[in-house]
Amino acid sequence: MKSTLYVITVLGVFGLAFWAYRENYATQQALSEKQALQGDIGAAQTRLNVLRAEWAYLNRPDRLWALAEINFDRLGLLPLKSDQFGRVEQVRFPRTRILEFSNGVDVLNPGDGN
Amino acid sequence: MTVRTPLRPLARILSARDNGDPPDAIEQKNIHPRYEEMRDRARTEGRLLFLAVCFACAYAVVGLRMGHLATSAPLEPLASPPGAVIAQQRADIVDRNGNILATNLATHSLYAQPPELVDPAAAAKGLAQIFPDLDESRLLEDLNGKRKFIWIKKRISPEQRQAVHDLGDPGLLFGPREMRLYPNGALAAHVLGGASFGKEGVNAAEVIGVAGVEKQFEGYLRDPANSTNPLQLSLDLTVQAAAERVLAGGMKIMNAKGATSILMDVHTGEVISVVSLPDFDPNNRPRPPVPGDDPSVSPLFNRAVQGVYELGSTFKTFTTAQALDLGLVDPDTLIDTRGPLRWGKFKIRDFRNYGNQLSVTNVIVKSSNIGTAHLARAIGAERQRRFLAGLGMLAPTPFEIVEAQGGKPLVPDNWSELSTMTISYGHGISISPMHLAAGYAAIANGGHYVSPTILKQDGPQYGPRVISKHTAKALRQMLRKVVTEGTASFGEVPGYAVGGKTGTADKPKPDGGYYEDRVIATFASLFPAHDPKYVLIVMLDEPEIFAYDELRRTAGWTAVPVGAEVIARVAPLLGLRPRAEPEGLAAIHLTSN
Repeated sequence: MKSTLYVITVLGVFGLAFWAYRENYATQQALSEKQALQGDIGAAQTRLNVLRAEWAYLNRPDRLWALAEINFDRLGLLPLKSDQFGRVEQVRFPRTRILEFSNGVDVLNPGDGN
Repeated sequence: MTVRTPLRPLARILSARDNGDPPDAIEQKNIHPRYEEMRDRARTEGRLLFLAVCFACAYAVVGLRMGHLATSAPLEPLASPPGAVIAQQRADIVDRNGNILATNLATHSLYAQPPELVDPAAAAKGLAQIFPDLDESRLLEDLNGKRKFIWIKKRISPEQRQAVHDLGDPGLLFGPREMRLYPNGALAAHVLGGASFGKEGVNAAEVIGVAGVEKQFEGYLRDPANSTNPLQLSLDLTVQAAAERVLAGGMKIMNAKGATSILMDVHTGEVISVVSLPDFDPNNRPRPPVPGDDPSVSPLFNRAVQGVYELGSTFKTFTTAQALDLGLVDPDTLIDTRGPLRWGKFKIRDFRNYGNQLSVTNVIVKSSNIGTAHLARAIGAERQRRFLAGLGMLAPTPFEIVEAQGGKPLVPDNWSELSTMTISYGHGISISPMHLAAGYAAIANGGHYVSPTILKQDGPQYGPRVISKHTAKALRQMLRKVVTEGTASFGEVPGYAVGGKTGTADKPKPDGGYYEDRVIATFASLFPAHDPKYVLIVMLDEPEIFAYDELRRTAGWTAVPVGAEVIARVAPLLGLRPRAEPEGLAAIHLTSN
């Protein structure tokens, strides 16, 4: 009885030691993964910053103005003027299509057909 | 502790001998408990020893850990990777719609460690090719010198970095550098100011603001807690760009030396656009002017807040406002305008003779110096001073850029009756255009002082009341008349009911007196006059234009057309819909009868 208990205890210690060993390495792995991920996030943020700066640079008013002038033939863009304001009634909305019924089958009064 | 039993107790041995029993049996009987006792003791001792070892180990671990902590260098806990922290060191600056005005860009600096160089001559040659501004012979001298560390370039582009990398010399090294970038170039340059490097190390450099909002909000921008909260200004990128463009065109047509414009929301005090020309590129800030030179020649000079000028007749509005508010006159009271008005040796003249008398409205519409001087005399020096102080015209504006503190108004030391009269039409007091904008905003919003601000606000920010609602309304009608039938007739913009006042002031000479042929032309306007939303100040420095066989310098011919063009361009961008002016109530009454 006693020896069984000993064996079980020893095995338990072995098991726990193995578990602790594995947990230790798993933790270290997770930590280094976290570090790498944070590095990636940092790099992505830097990249995002660069992209935003680039976007702002490409959309600077001077450049847009120059582009509008170069492409005037195609786009015909002019500065916004006061007479370009309109009313909602002036906007032509697409006409809603009305479904036309033909050959309707009356299901409300099925008895009528007979 | 139990008393130890002898193995052969004499009494029992003797009695056993007497009985004929073997005495050894007694010893045998006693020896077993003795052994058990000894075993127990050994076991207990073993346990104690084990426990002692455990404690010793535990203490040893604690001790070693303490020793390690004491001797090792402290490590900051890393919440985020170092790269991200550097990238987001300084908060961005955005406009009212979130468009980026200033941001950071990660670049690199280039330095050399001469002892590590393989071939200094080739390195110097290669570097001189990549950076044309570097002198090859001087570089070679430096690289062959005794120094262990040489900065070559503070900021290099990724392409240049690759090119240097391709040189392949291990002695040429790169350090990360955070750079402040203003993607819109010269746009709103005077507001943004600029940034430069403070303390520099190999791995990082401190970015510090040197002017404008960058310096004013240094604390906010540098606070790591704000790295993701950009500083939101009241400026509107599109409006600012349009205003700059129109003003630059106007400045060229009017042959002016400089120009400035301020567009301000009259209810919130938000400055939607502020332009000062000539301007500069904050990415490459020019050197400050040498002391002794006229600072206003430098493009760094901000005419809108730093420049204090005698703004001329635009001041008549304030004099009239006060006279109306005090109940001294009403808009139809007739004022004596016979000229010249003498005060001691001093004479006050009008631009031309306007007859013997004008109504108060027409004093403004025709811009009569004599009429305004009479009003000022009735007001008196002390009341005038207090009124102008209430409009914030005797102290620098609270506008939040560092340069605004430099715009300290110049007022007479001795506020005499003559000063009162000249100040009434804008001479003898020098203020910045920003002061003027705040003053006109008070008239436009119904009589409240609003302090001009560069930060986005939510909702009206009315300050103390300076004139009554009724007076403000009467003045708006007068200002509207100045445009419809007075000196600012070029200021009419269909649909926007512009009201305003012109001002043409001779420029003072540095050594006293005034120039005959140099003026500051100002147009202070508000629109739409019946329900003003914005105030626009346009000021041209030394404008002149040849029109109708005459060289003209007055604001009506110079600043007003430019102002009208600015309004025509900017008002639609502000979402202001052109509207027909409401007719006077009297007319409606008549038709209804």
